[in-house]
Amino acid sequence: MKVDKLDSKVLLKNATIVDPLKESKSKADILLVEGKIAEIGKVRDLDVITTVDCSGLILTHGFCDLHVHFRDPGNGDKETLESGSMSALAGGFTRVCTMPNTQPTVDNPESINYIIEKSKPLPIHIHPIGSVTKGQQGVELSEMGLMHQAGAVAFSDDGLPIQNGLVMRKALEYSKMFGVPIINHAEDECLRADGLMNEGKVSTRLGLVGNPSIAESIMVFRDLKLAELTGAKLHIPHVSTADSVKYINEMKNAYDKITAEVTPHHLFYNDKHLEDYNTNLKVAPPIRDSLSREALIKGIKNGTIDCIATDHAPHTEEEKNNQDPAENKTITNKNKDQNTEIAAVMKADNSSSIDPEEEKIRRKAMAMILSISKANNPLTNKQSASIFNLNEQKQKDRKKGKREMQSYNQRNDKDINVFFQRFQKRRYQSANYSGKHDDYTSYIQNFQANSSR
Amino acid sequence: MFGHKHFLGLENFPREDIQKIIDTAFEFKEVLNRPIKKVPSLQGVTIVNLFFENSTRTRISFELAQKRLSADTVNFSASTSSLKKGESFKDTAQNIEAMKIDAVVMRHPAPGSSKHLTEFIDAKVVNAGDGTHEHPTQAILDMMSIQEKFGKIKDLNVAIIGDINHSRVARSNMYGLISMGANVTVCGPANLIPENISDLGVKVNYNIDEVIEWADAVNILRIQRERMGIGLVPSNREYRRLFGVTSERINRRKKELVIMHPGPMNRGVEIDSQVADSDQAIILDQVLNGVASRMSILYLLLGVKEENTNEG
Repeated sequence: MKVDKLDSKVLLKNATIVDPLKESKSKADILLVEGKIAEIGKVRDLDVITTVDCSGLILTHGFCDLHVHFRDPGNGDKETLESGSMSALAGGFTRVCTMPNTQPTVDNPESINYIIEKSKPLPIHIHPIGSVTKGQQGVELSEMGLMHQAGAVAFSDDGLPIQNGLVMRKALEYSKMFGVPIINHAEDECLRADGLMNEGKVSTRLGLVGNPSIAESIMVFRDLKLAELTGAKLHIPHVSTADSVKYINEMKNAYDKITAEVTPHHLFYNDKHLEDYNTNLKVAPPIRDSLSREALIKGIKNGTIDCIATDHAPHTEEEKNNQDPAENKTITNKNKDQNTEIAAVMKADNSSSIDPEEEKIRRKAMAMILSISKANNPLTNKQSASIFNLNEQKQKDRKKGKREMQSYNQRNDKDINVFFQRFQKRRYQSANYSGKHDDYTSYIQNFQANSSR
Repeated sequence: MFGHKHFLGLENFPREDIQKIIDTAFEFKEVLNRPIKKVPSLQGVTIVNLFFENSTRTRISFELAQKRLSADTVNFSASTSSLKKGESFKDTAQNIEAMKIDAVVMRHPAPGSSKHLTEFIDAKVVNAGDGTHEHPTQAILDMMSIQEKFGKIKDLNVAIIGDINHSRVARSNMYGLISMGANVTVCGPANLIPENISDLGVKVNYNIDEVIEWADAVNILRIQRERMGIGLVPSNREYRRLFGVTSERINRRKKELVIMHPGPMNRGVEIDSQVADSDQAIILDQVLNGVASRMSILYLLLGVKEENTNEG
């Protein structure tokens, strides 16, 4: 892959420099010498070969994306580490964490090595995430220890939620030894069933099978409680529902090893945008209603949500363009693209439907992406695990926002205990969770027998 | 004036246009009662019936309607097509259109499929049922049958009974009946009625006896066998006991009740044989009205030449 080499001296003129850590914004020039920043301020250099007019443009440091799918190894027709890197770079991302749902699954140290070695010549930093269970089957733990030694920064069965609570618990306990988080795509498969879009008014009108919010929030709740029980780190990916935000916020007040992310598409769209059967907006978890979207924005504002991550998950052009409704299960979002993330976040600023308050949130959201990458710079593999740590500033922000969230919760309050009891009851009624298991082996066997995956 | 290019669904479909379709359908029904049941309205017009899902009465009804209007028709069913060879929906549709056709009547198992079809091709599209979304021609014939019986639709109490969640017939009927000013109540197992259905402007009542007492007409949906046994409907006998339109229930009612069913019926489950065959049932009238309704829709879309047609 070729990256154009910069001229020896480049002057970026009149840029708006945003520094989220100092929470500052200023206008200045930046002089690059041999690709490195030599001077910031009012630069006068007569030897400059290239001058770039950055008036009206924001200049800041590279972003970090905690959640991408680069499809490598195995699905090079969709994306490769090379193409994914270029895509990331074009969107201003200099670090990404790659999800392990490749062909084969990244569930062993050799695969971790493959990604690390292959990404060495690439222009961005790639931090692989290993799978929690072998082949993402949700049954046997992967070689987390060896993968961690090889450089895995977190563990996730992304795309395939860990349905079995015992497996999740054991994984959390095990991961404690390495100090890295488990990232579980939270979705109860029984409740999700064949859901194609958010369950609600729009799905009823369109006649599409709904995927209810509770399918996510019920598992978010389980995972939070299990994390607290085990003392492990938990990162909750692509939070999409108001209840999930609420549970995360409540748990964060009691337990400090929880982090959460939200995607640009969940912040930007609501299910009304699917009214024309727009299959490009078919994503997992689904785009929710406008109330959920508001809760996500609130969550960012008060620090419940720690960062924005793209869930960049490319498919081939044919798959994207294939609007065959019978096959549209394979279609995912064109907009799930790092190239457009900042555009999506920024675009809202110019949209008449977005109020000034929201604009501030979006700026803050952007700042969070920035602070995550800045806080961990320079990064070694070991340190990279701390990508998922809360930094001090965010803790403060969160405390500031706590009062606001409490009043929000009071308005939306449901008795959490009643909810949990109902959840447990339902669990035991479900065929996959037929109640008693004398020992772990029989439980696993039972789970395997009942597993529809 | 009929300002619609396609006929995809009754959601947000203007009341006066529904009325126009029904009025025109009555004119065609008169044609169907003549010894020679054919008019030259659509001579030279070619219509393809694209059926990706099994259908007996809807396909025959459309084909008859087309033949009565003197249109040329081609039938396509998924089981005999290149789809079996892996051709995509889009390619199939575009290939058929390349042979110069004027309209496509499509049934497809995916909700929204007829809308997608309008994005691929220029021909006019009539939705003959898109998954669990809409079946607008069925709703037109149901409303035509109601108007035939009562002389009006406005202010009548109409109940729709059965699996509301998975029913395209229910959706189109709800949109159409509400637009026409009827009062609509849906009745069926609570796990087959979406919680937010009342947002569409209908009432929900799980008590079949109350509903039968209230209604002027009931539209009884087929309870699909594939819904049994996956935690939705426990058994046929339980369904019949809780939601079946039985002769005891009908006899208990003093006034006449108009009984409708889009077919095919599960006799002894959602409807008793005595009820289905009674004088109160207009089920076979619905079938004939189906041909007239489809003639009306095809004629209004294809037979009336206009300068400006809006998408619709």
